[in-house]
Amino acid sequence: MVMASTLFAMVFYLASLFLVVGLLYRIATYAGTPAPLKIPTTPAPTTQAGVVLRMAREVVFFESLFKANLWIWSMGWLFHASLALVLARHLRYFSEPIWGWVVLLQPFGKYAGLTMLAGLLGLWVRRLFVERIRYISTPSDHLMLVLLLAITLSGLTMTFVTHTDVVAVKNFFIGWLRLSSAPLPTDFVLYVHLLGVAVLMTIFPISKLLHAPGVFFSPSRNQTDNPREKRHIAAWASDLEK
Amino acid sequence: MADVAAPPYRVIPIIPALKPGAMEGVKPFIAGDKINTAIGFPGELVADWHDKAIAKMGELLAKYRSLKVYMDACVHCGACADKCHYFIGTQDPKNMPVARQDLMRSVYRRYFTLPGKLFPKLVGARDLTREVLDEWYSYFHQCSECRRCSVFCPYGIDTAEVTMAAREILDAVGYGQKYSNEIIGKVHRIGNNLGLPGPALRDTLEGLEEDVKDATGIDVRFPIDVKGADVLLITPSADFFAEPHIDSLVGYAKVFHATGTSWTLSSMASEAGNFGMFIGNYEQLRSIALRIREVALELGVKRIVVGECGHAWRVAYSFWNTLTGVGDGAEAGDHFAQLLQKQLDHRYKQPTHICEFTWDAIERGLLRFDKSKNDRHIITFHDSCNVARGSRMGDFAGGQFEIPRNIIKAVANNFYEMSPETTREQTFCCGGGGGLLTDDLIDLRVKGALPRMEVLQQVVDEHGVNFMATICAICKAQFTKVLPIYGFDRRLVGGVHQLVSNAIILGDN
Repeated sequence: MVMASTLFAMVFYLASLFLVVGLLYRIATYAGTPAPLKIPTTPAPTTQAGVVLRMAREVVFFESLFKANLWIWSMGWLFHASLALVLARHLRYFSEPIWGWVVLLQPFGKYAGLTMLAGLLGLWVRRLFVERIRYISTPSDHLMLVLLLAITLSGLTMTFVTHTDVVAVKNFFIGWLRLSSAPLPTDFVLYVHLLGVAVLMTIFPISKLLHAPGVFFSPSRNQTDNPREKRHIAAWASDLEK
Repeated sequence: MADVAAPPYRVIPIIPALKPGAMEGVKPFIAGDKINTAIGFPGELVADWHDKAIAKMGELLAKYRSLKVYMDACVHCGACADKCHYFIGTQDPKNMPVARQDLMRSVYRRYFTLPGKLFPKLVGARDLTREVLDEWYSYFHQCSECRRCSVFCPYGIDTAEVTMAAREILDAVGYGQKYSNEIIGKVHRIGNNLGLPGPALRDTLEGLEEDVKDATGIDVRFPIDVKGADVLLITPSADFFAEPHIDSLVGYAKVFHATGTSWTLSSMASEAGNFGMFIGNYEQLRSIALRIREVALELGVKRIVVGECGHAWRVAYSFWNTLTGVGDGAEAGDHFAQLLQKQLDHRYKQPTHICEFTWDAIERGLLRFDKSKNDRHIITFHDSCNVARGSRMGDFAGGQFEIPRNIIKAVANNFYEMSPETTREQTFCCGGGGGLLTDDLIDLRVKGALPRMEVLQQVVDEHGVNFMATICAICKAQFTKVLPIYGFDRRLVGGVHQLVSNAIILGDN
């Protein structure tokens, strides 16, 4: 038991390191790569405030996806919104005392696990049975869904079926945050859940999960439509004028 | 030509089933040695093309945030999968935007990402083999860079950016496309894409002056190379001789005449089109655009107006300020741009679309029309992709949709919209844009026009539409060719300023 606890603590330190360093590196790369031309997909906002709104609609409501396909949109949005609630609910395992808003979210977060499952299954059904989506799917696309399903199902099992010792789990993570060790309950379902999360964190910065930071750097969405009013020029392009 | 047939309309326009390999091997003619070397590319496929291509890809990933983010961000959700007119028309799965991007993304993953280096099969990564390169040549010349997919992508991934990068890589290894590269050579050598030399241009314009005089009794001028003119008109060279393009040129001249505008064309910059964009080459894009700057400085004009041309307007509106300084808002220390911006009159948008010019004149009451002159036309409007999704007109987002329609309604009585999923930002490309307007791709062009032809047929059946107005030289040329194959009259397509020309009342001003 001690051994498993230590191992999981190590795994999560490493996974966190990989996630944070990897994401920071990616974001720095995106931010540091110039966008030499104005290429917002028009009609586009003509002001910076408008761009913030456009991006907010994109990130919160998946506006473009809504225009594209209601099946992908509904399943995708259901999954992401549920995930947000579930993640927020999990903050209770990392904070003492638990923040008020996290307490309020608890019942919603609990059942969001089920809607998250529904969203994931809906997306997978599409990937498996719609010819053109199956055509574009790589093994990793399916495995990503398998991983998310494993995390979701193991989590739901612990919530609704075989309750694990959540007090001990919380002690483990509070200890983990303070670099001190506390025992993790011996529970196969819990191990699956935690291992899945660690894998997800690790592959985040090297997989298609980069869509999360990527969307904020997409020039077709984050540029202001004002090329006639303000000269936009990248450093490498400006060198051509010398 | 004779054996080209239009695909049948879909009974219900549902998403077509896949026909893998349907367009495999379809490709435009490859540029030869002379054409390539004239514009600075290797004459033929270089021996070390593999390493050169990967190096070029690395270079582009560092120069273009769009490419870098778009290579990483795709989740294969399939939102774009059914949005491309070439996919709808050909049913080839590699013409789905995501699959087209994946032709490059698979190589990106293999050479530039850790999972692709370690587990290529798992993440769909593959080596850049000769087969892959050939596949690039084929399918990146089955994309018209129309950006329709980018409207629907939750991350705004624009396949046009990927296609441009792919063509740039192909050109860098000597594997470029004949049509585009030949035209780029011509624009540098002669001044326009059609290779129309100055004297021929002057003859044409004189002929036009006579024609208009015969038709209206009014001396409408078509000035060229006039120093000190207020307005420099940059228009696609097809406007000088192709049908129906030339009727719009007459329309611009009449608007300038009726508003008392001092204007001029230029023999050196007798081309608005800029195929540098199609091949994704910044240096070509820039040097082609710089001709306009040079002429503007030389003639001392106060204002630059652009004629009816889709991709040219995208380049002019979105890129000219960046490339040449035609625009406003350069920093005080930016001498390159300031030199020109000080000369231009900033009471007007620089550059101005001819539709903005005309609509402004209409709003100010400077133009009078006899709308009944257009009564024989029952009109619809085809939004051109580059205008719709890569530019703007007027002061508000979406002005590029309203202003041309406003003009049509001001000069004609019968106007009907096509189905809303196929207009404005969701418009379909004509099927011939992005450097594909060449006879060696006629099969692709005919198939790519299918979704537009389907909804055109609807308004023809329901409202008796007999005129599809558009503001793009490529749309006009493409439709002229493709309409008869779908059983329409080729004269069904025309310009917005052709309608203006019909109805405008000259004289007594």
